[in-house]
Amino acid sequence: MKYYLNYLDELESEAIYILREVWAQFQNPVILFSGGKDSIVVTHLAQKAFYPAKVPFPLMHVDTGHNFPETIKFRDDLIKSLGVQLLVGSVQESIDEGRVAEERGKNASRNFLQITTLLDAIERNKIDCAIGGGRRDEEKSRAKERFFSHRDEFGQWDPKNQRPELWNLLNGKYFQGEHFRAFPISNWTEMDVWNYILRENIAIPSLYFAHEREVIWRDGAWIPNSEFITLDKDEEVTTKKIRFRTLGDITITGGIESDADTLEKIVQEVSTMRMTERGNRADDKRSETAMEDRKKQGYF
Amino acid sequence: MYHKKKEQENLDKNQLLRFSTAGSVDDGKSTLIGRLLYDSKSIFEDQLASIENTSKRKGHETVDLAMFTDGLKEEREQGITIDVAYRYFTTPKRKFIIADTPGHIQYTRNMVTGASTANASIILIDARHGVIEQTKRHSYIASLLQIPHLIVCVNKMDLVDFSEEVYNKILEDYEKISSKLAIQDIQFIPISALKGDNVVNRSENMPWYQGAPLLHTLEHLYIGSDSNRIDARFPVQTVIRPQREGFIDYRGYAGRIASGIFRKGDEVTVLPSGFTSKIKSIDTIDGELNEAFSPMSVSIQLEDDIDVSRGDMLVRSNNKPEPSQEFDVMICWLNNKAPQPRAKYTIMHAANEQKALIKDVIYKIDINTLERTTEDKEFKMNDIGRVTIRTTKPLMIDSYRENKVTGSIILVDDATHETVAAGMIV
Repeated sequence: MKYYLNYLDELESEAIYILREVWAQFQNPVILFSGGKDSIVVTHLAQKAFYPAKVPFPLMHVDTGHNFPETIKFRDDLIKSLGVQLLVGSVQESIDEGRVAEERGKNASRNFLQITTLLDAIERNKIDCAIGGGRRDEEKSRAKERFFSHRDEFGQWDPKNQRPELWNLLNGKYFQGEHFRAFPISNWTEMDVWNYILRENIAIPSLYFAHEREVIWRDGAWIPNSEFITLDKDEEVTTKKIRFRTLGDITITGGIESDADTLEKIVQEVSTMRMTERGNRADDKRSETAMEDRKKQGYF
Repeated sequence: MYHKKKEQENLDKNQLLRFSTAGSVDDGKSTLIGRLLYDSKSIFEDQLASIENTSKRKGHETVDLAMFTDGLKEEREQGITIDVAYRYFTTPKRKFIIADTPGHIQYTRNMVTGASTANASIILIDARHGVIEQTKRHSYIASLLQIPHLIVCVNKMDLVDFSEEVYNKILEDYEKISSKLAIQDIQFIPISALKGDNVVNRSENMPWYQGAPLLHTLEHLYIGSDSNRIDARFPVQTVIRPQREGFIDYRGYAGRIASGIFRKGDEVTVLPSGFTSKIKSIDTIDGELNEAFSPMSVSIQLEDDIDVSRGDMLVRSNNKPEPSQEFDVMICWLNNKAPQPRAKYTIMHAANEQKALIKDVIYKIDINTLERTTEDKEFKMNDIGRVTIRTTKPLMIDSYRENKVTGSIILVDDATHETVAAGMIV
């Protein structure tokens, strides 16, 4: 027996440690669940962390209303099999209540509106820690995130004034009205996530596998055709064999042409990929600092 | 999770290496990281394209590798790094996590943070300037944090005509510092991060250097003996009580093994209560384990029904840490607000927390001369020194030298909830 862990085991152990710290240090934590692979992996890790007890966190979904039907079905099936509670924050409700206003124009999206819905849902449900699947390799401002990331009473992140995080000592202390975000898979890369999904044989939505779909070529990515999309005059709908590398709101998630229809093929494909996974996300393309700006206001 | 499958054998061999980088403002730290990422093909085309654009806009002739490590808006505007940033790359041999710590603003605080989890640290020296105060400070912090491996990169060799004499002189000067420090393993590499010499690829300009390039060195650092496999310590994070069918009587103590090895059947003592029992099972969702070692996260069941809760520690009965209420700590002060006389803090230590106060300041370290001073005992941000801490209840401590997990603490200010100090138990 060799007394060392390989890197995936070490990452897994670190994530389990963080999830257990969340459970021990907070009163009312939830897992932010988008139906994407990262939040699925976090949920899988939570099963491991508390076995043989069931996952002690409700899943919270911020629903833009612009969903892939596959994602919603996947979410509902998972909730059922885990026997956990589902909390939904609805962007449509936020719009109806006049909390936010729908964006207009060709590239209108509900991505930004999610911030208000998310913070409202956190407040309404008295959540003191929202566990997310954010990874530091995803984006430059996320590279600065802590495992335990403090949010002030307005839900804002102050990246210049974060608590230093040393060794494995996590400080989750907060005042009334403030909350935390916890990122158990901070140290994982996209490749690690895929290798782990393959190793653990974790179920993921069919959207990640290559499939035929009606799409529109927009800003360098194949955007799925849906009832929520407004076509430009020069845009046309075609059918392509594509798959998604990340999943978000259906209006902003671009697919890539691919034949990868098994986990093995996906891992193979991702390992040779020369573009970042968020390169196909219109939400990140709005400006150089699109993610930082949203994160400061309370985004995922 | 710890069971091997055939197709995973390749991945199985890959270990994780965490290293931190330290350097002064212009000694090329960002360029070095950019070079490592670029030459190891860890940079994506869209990232490259975006940086090529910015480089062009700024009028640079070649791609500015340093831009790969730019993070926040303000950092890009001011051309500085404010906070520790983490970078990732993988080679067929290892997965690497870089803690990229800024060289100037709050360097001590950030370096201590980045170094706290590092297996190795890279210290950069500008070949034109040689060993400077900053080099001394960085090396001292690496030694204070007990980083097992130190790699001193003498950078910008292209600007001193790749001179062996210059390099040797720097080594000689450096050894005057390192002889006073406690670092187990120091290696030296002459590099040019800008031109790529001895970073990923061997330099053709320095045939006199017989050693390996930096990446090869990082890939082959022997980290197997860096973990403490002697002293079995298991801080309990939480108790798992499923209260569902099939597991009605299950009571598992969940935690991550801090050090050592636990085996089924081992006699263990629960601290601080002192009750003893035997390990009934070590559980994971993937099955029972006969033995488990650090840093595995497991759940342990005991033969006897005794009271165990968060903050307690399971240890082997013939090897126990010292329960102490008063002990000396080397602390690094991390906060703008100086400690008030007899101010109370929350001390966090291995899943345990108590109230604590700084009873006495024994000395401070002058970070420039590395001398002790007893005249000025007021801690300001980034100050390092030795203090005596008193806690309301005993903590199960080891010395940091022997055990990084059970030998480290943080202090949290109860008025602000901020982490104000990091400490290594002497």
